[in-house]
Amino acid sequence: MAAIVRFNLLTKPQIVAALPASLHVQRFQSTQAPPPGTPPPQTKTKFGPLADEDRIFTNLYGRHDWRLKGALKRGDWYKTKEIVLKGADWIVNEIKTSGLRGRGGAGFPSGMKWSFMNKPGDGRPKYLVVNADEGEPGTCKDREIMRHDPHKLVEGCLIAGRAMGAQAAYIYIRGEFYNEASNMQLAIAEAYQAGLIGKNACGTGYDFDVFMHRGAGAYICGEETALIESLEGKQGKPRLKPPFPADVGVFGCPTTVTNVETVAVAPTICRRGGVWFASFGRTRNSGTKLFNISGHVNRPCTVEEEMSIPLKELIERHCGGVTGGWDNLLGVIPGGSSTPIIPKNVCDDVIMDFDGLIAAQTSLGTAAIIVMDKSTDVIKAIARLISFYKHESCGQCTPCREGIGWMNKIMTRFVKGDAQPAEIDMLWEISKQIEGHTICALGDGAAWPVQGLIRHFRPEIEKRMQLHAKRASN
Amino acid sequence: MLRLLQPVRSIHLAPILRLGAPLNATEIRKTLKFEFSKDNQRRVKALLAWYPQAEWKGALLPLLDIAQRQQGWLSISAVQAVAETIKIDPMEAFEAAQFYTMFFMKPRGKYVVSVCTSTPCKLRGGDEIFEACKKTLNLEHGQTTPDMQFTLKEDYCMGACVNAPVLAVNDDMYEDLDEKSLSKILADLRNDKLPPAGPRNGRFASEPKGGLTTLKIPPPPPGFMMQKLPDPKKKKCQ
Amino acid sequence: MIRAPLVKALGALGSPTHQMASRAVRTSAMVAQTPAKAPEKIEVFVDDIPVQVVPGTTVLQAAAQIGVEIPRFCYHERLAVAGNCRMCLVEVEKSPKPVAACAMPVMKGWRIKTNSDLTRKAREGVMEFLLMNHPLDCPICDQGGECDLQDQAMAFGSDRSRFTDINYTGKRAVEDKDIGPLVKTIMTRCIHCTRCVRFASEIAGVDDLGTTGRGNDMQIGTYVEKLFLTELSGNVIDLCPVGALTNKPYSFVARPWEIRKVSSIDVLDAVGSNIVVSTRTNEVLRILPRENEDVNEEWLADKSRFACDGLKRQRLVAPMVRMPNGELQAVEWEGALIAVAKAVKAAGGQIAGISGQLADLEAQVALKDLLNRLGSEVVATEQGFIAGGTDNRANYLLNSTIAGLEEADAVLLVGTNPRYEAPLVNTRLRKAYVHNELQIASIGPKIDLSYDHENLGADAALVKDVCSGAHAFSKVLEGAKKPAIIIGADLLERADGAAIHATVAEYCKKLKKPNWNPFNVLQTNAAQVGALDVGYKAGAQTAVKAQPKVLFLLNADAGKVTREQLPKDCFVVYIGSHGDNGASIADAVLPGAAYTEKQGIYVNTEGRPQQTLPGVSPPGMAREDWKILRALSEVVGKPLPYDNLDELRNRLEDVAPHLTRLGHLEPAGDAGAAGAISKSIGGGAIDIKLKELRDYFMTDAISRASPTMAKCISAVNKQQRENEAKQSVAI
Repeated sequence: MAAIVRFNLLTKPQIVAALPASLHVQRFQSTQAPPPGTPPPQTKTKFGPLADEDRIFTNLYGRHDWRLKGALKRGDWYKTKEIVLKGADWIVNEIKTSGLRGRGGAGFPSGMKWSFMNKPGDGRPKYLVVNADEGEPGTCKDREIMRHDPHKLVEGCLIAGRAMGAQAAYIYIRGEFYNEASNMQLAIAEAYQAGLIGKNACGTGYDFDVFMHRGAGAYICGEETALIESLEGKQGKPRLKPPFPADVGVFGCPTTVTNVETVAVAPTICRRGGVWFASFGRTRNSGTKLFNISGHVNRPCTVEEEMSIPLKELIERHCGGVTGGWDNLLGVIPGGSSTPIIPKNVCDDVIMDFDGLIAAQTSLGTAAIIVMDKSTDVIKAIARLISFYKHESCGQCTPCREGIGWMNKIMTRFVKGDAQPAEIDMLWEISKQIEGHTICALGDGAAWPVQGLIRHFRPEIEKRMQLHAKRASN
Repeated sequence: MLRLLQPVRSIHLAPILRLGAPLNATEIRKTLKFEFSKDNQRRVKALLAWYPQAEWKGALLPLLDIAQRQQGWLSISAVQAVAETIKIDPMEAFEAAQFYTMFFMKPRGKYVVSVCTSTPCKLRGGDEIFEACKKTLNLEHGQTTPDMQFTLKEDYCMGACVNAPVLAVNDDMYEDLDEKSLSKILADLRNDKLPPAGPRNGRFASEPKGGLTTLKIPPPPPGFMMQKLPDPKKKKCQ
Repeated sequence: MIRAPLVKALGALGSPTHQMASRAVRTSAMVAQTPAKAPEKIEVFVDDIPVQVVPGTTVLQAAAQIGVEIPRFCYHERLAVAGNCRMCLVEVEKSPKPVAACAMPVMKGWRIKTNSDLTRKAREGVMEFLLMNHPLDCPICDQGGECDLQDQAMAFGSDRSRFTDINYTGKRAVEDKDIGPLVKTIMTRCIHCTRCVRFASEIAGVDDLGTTGRGNDMQIGTYVEKLFLTELSGNVIDLCPVGALTNKPYSFVARPWEIRKVSSIDVLDAVGSNIVVSTRTNEVLRILPRENEDVNEEWLADKSRFACDGLKRQRLVAPMVRMPNGELQAVEWEGALIAVAKAVKAAGGQIAGISGQLADLEAQVALKDLLNRLGSEVVATEQGFIAGGTDNRANYLLNSTIAGLEEADAVLLVGTNPRYEAPLVNTRLRKAYVHNELQIASIGPKIDLSYDHENLGADAALVKDVCSGAHAFSKVLEGAKKPAIIIGADLLERADGAAIHATVAEYCKKLKKPNWNPFNVLQTNAAQVGALDVGYKAGAQTAVKAQPKVLFLLNADAGKVTREQLPKDCFVVYIGSHGDNGASIADAVLPGAAYTEKQGIYVNTEGRPQQTLPGVSPPGMAREDWKILRALSEVVGKPLPYDNLDELRNRLEDVAPHLTRLGHLEPAGDAGAAGAISKSIGGGAIDIKLKELRDYFMTDAISRASPTMAKCISAVNKQQRENEAKQSVAI
């Protein structure tokens, strides 16, 4: 599960602090210069395609040696010592300037999140936890990083860890990624051997450990507090917030949980500069991003592209278009299974970034695009997602445990059409009863696909009910 | 540190318990009694070093995993042994073992075949792959063949969606399947041969099939586009 | 779920940093219990009413301050916050989502709306989800009528069900678990609030209960068909907000609206737990705890709760006199009293009285008055105590008080097992252990106290070591802010009991702090403190030594006196409720009332007098004990000067004025015997009677008569046999 930070459950001062920096700029523009760490304003109006030399993940497809030797050749670990020596403030500032937002789904500004850790210490160690529990249907970007560019992540751990003053990083990788974990583990071992991490990492005098922790098959452990629980050897049941992990996290110590991609891009941002990263994508949606395009496209693939690229261009350029042509498109789930589906007419000109997709009543999520052509039984496709959420609900809190089970029962009947049209409204209400009422965001993630389905494909559901009723009466 | 790491990395698939042949009581007792093997004790020790000492509990999942690899599945006595190792109440270890889907609390087949039928895989024929597996192995979801060779599972998302449909056999993933490549994989497994993992349609990884659209140039060298890093010491002097 | 034991482990094992971490965890978990010390209050608004609260107060607590009750299932004041039922969601202005009131600390200026549309809708939604899989079996559910789910569904739920899938796939069904003879489970009714799991791990200190599976299949259960065996298991029945965990012996017995409730106190141990006796048609049906922060909080030990069926069995219902053929025969009261009076008159003052475990203070006073009038001074308690130590009240009281032990930070247990001798004192110690970094050591056999403690050994000489300041644990005690030493009452019956007592008392003078008395004796008999307070001597042997011609046994059933010890012609009179050890050696049996049948004062181990109230009338011809003695005095010709309870209490006030101030605790001074230390502490191991759970269930006439307690013992034995078998074949 993506590390969805409950943006709207933050306390008020945090919300103010978390507001995109540009808002502050607008507010204060007349009186003062933007504070340090403000991304430069974007002047471009057309986004994508990305030039090859601007790509961060140069070994995305594993064509090159993923081990230390190859990684060094591709520029990983280059002047890491100098970057680490620049200190926490410099790194955080650089990340803030880059406008990087968390790549795990919620899109929380990373620089801000990392800076939460820089409160005066109370003697407790601090931890960086990398969320590699990638398990949201549609999402498979972190896997490519971990198996083909593991050193980017290890180096990212060191730099992000330094930015937070953390003493160690735990990489929580989903249990099913055994071979990916092996690669990661080997990369960590190589880095230790080369003195890049461990005692006196990179010769900076800074001690930093990186540990792997394999999960054991629970999507919910992608939720940051559930991940922390799991890392502590318990059932992956999300904790109540507050206290937030930055106060009480893993082993009771301040912790930041960050997505793999967020951490892995940090070294390149520090090397090329936040301004470079901010030059991609629209304001507040900066940077490059790994997109996974799966489903009904001619050539499904993972690709690094510029943020704010139009969906249509992304699919046509890299995936050889929708099977049967763009007009055969039924709808797209744009950001992994928990984001609402959008129909073709919205897909025509939607822009793939946080704001663009929110405007389309959906979300960028993890940028895992699931394409469905007209041959798809869209009700079944969504029903399958709901059964996934039912299977993965931890069972801790009532709305999720009971509500998703109920939605699953209804959706199973909707697939057959064995229901009354009035139940569509009821299902909508049930999904609203779940959304926002649970401890973690899994409930929301299960509610949104249903809402997307009803919003855009209600006639389809009704038609099927009529058909079923007719068949039953015959 | 490296020496500490290696034993853990080299965790291998231990010979899996087979219950095909009838066992007598003493044998059952012997089989079900759990103790970490010498090798695994070394691994456990190495693993525990990764966690703060007061937090050994954190090693619960990796330890259960090692126990499962040693025994082939997780018996109650194995769970107890793990709980004792990290000094927690057996109920807590048991709770966790029940919670995570990768722990098998019953004996399982040597090859656990998990077919993803989640939406991205379903769109590209995951259901058909699962049906084919059911037919070939003559199993339903969650069942094990009498010879303890196969366990079939319908699973949710392996995290390789652009390579759909996907099937996992124990730790390895087989991607971009069609019925033909599937039957070959299953035939190999029947002959106790673990075929190499990876896509089955000529792809290497997750690149678009039939020609790259990106990353066509060789990776830029170190220091490419590197920004100037003013010396931190100098800055301090100013 | 945050497990308190883990938090402790963090603190105990970890580096200082981990201790800080554990403290942080604890503060987050225990916001409810420990508000910040410097209370600069902040203002919030609950339904537009301003409330001043200390920082860290939760929304739910803030609302409670002005009497607004927010519905809840999983939240419980005495357990860690779980926040999983979501019933307490309330709207907070400017927050887009409703917040869980039980867990969310208020922020300055928050405007909480407990009755807005959003709040009501959220509650209705949660209620609908809870009812979706909850069986509609209220008519056959024992919780019916006192069910939180029922009540809250009425108050906050929708008036109709939308769960159309009942026609297709139905509701969830869950297999029932067998967790023992006391708690009946109907797991389909479970709403997964995890109160029972939290109670077990936090309060009872057994991690036997847990949640298995996940999502819709999540279940509350034990670790492989294990029984949930603890001395506090009954409390999960009260905690369960639905009918998933119910009282097994009480199942299908009565509806809450049929029963009459009487507030009383429990006498089966010396804690004096406050209880509610539920009766119907002159029958005690069940016993529930009643809240008393100073004594039992809101818990009740299993024996006190479930032994009530012993009140209906083995009862003495008619006076009996031993016939020349050696058999006891039922007679009329008149005949029995005349027979006793005849023996008394013939005894010529050679009379003695022994008061047992369950005797009420009124009867004790009456017996003493009667014997005094007959020219005897020999009245003693059945349980022994040090000689000459009964003049100073502090010598035999739990001076730190039960509630006070919660604040202790170093405790030494000498020859006592509070877990089974006084389970609710043990919960206080456990609470201090979990939340107050309490360090505990014990001298005596190795026992399981439900929390970590250091066993120093069993040798009595260790007492001297510790009290001389030479032992390592002495440093802990001396360095503590509130140290306490608890001596088991049974230990003081030993030959060197007086020496142990004096040594500890002397040392406690050194450990004393302002407003803190570290010297404690943990009594096990409800009647003991009262008897000593009104001037009884300690020890049945005192009475035996007098070689009386007539011996009165007032509820004395512990079997400490045998026929062989007494003169051949000694006439034994038993006054009490049950046909137990006392009645079996008696020449005349005068049937008395049990604690649910009389109004009587009992003084608990900390010296707090409390009274029982009659819920039912005594069975058959049985009468209240003091009335029997009053009647006897009339027949003997030395009438006692009181005809009703008020007059008797006036007499009591003359003897011991502090004992009539019910519920009030009179602090005692320093402990210490009058004479010099006569004997030095002999060697030899210190033993404890109640070592294991099986020893706990039957300790007095009532619990020995209880079939439920018998079932508990056989369940414990069965479990142990199975464990032994499993050790050879571990599956």
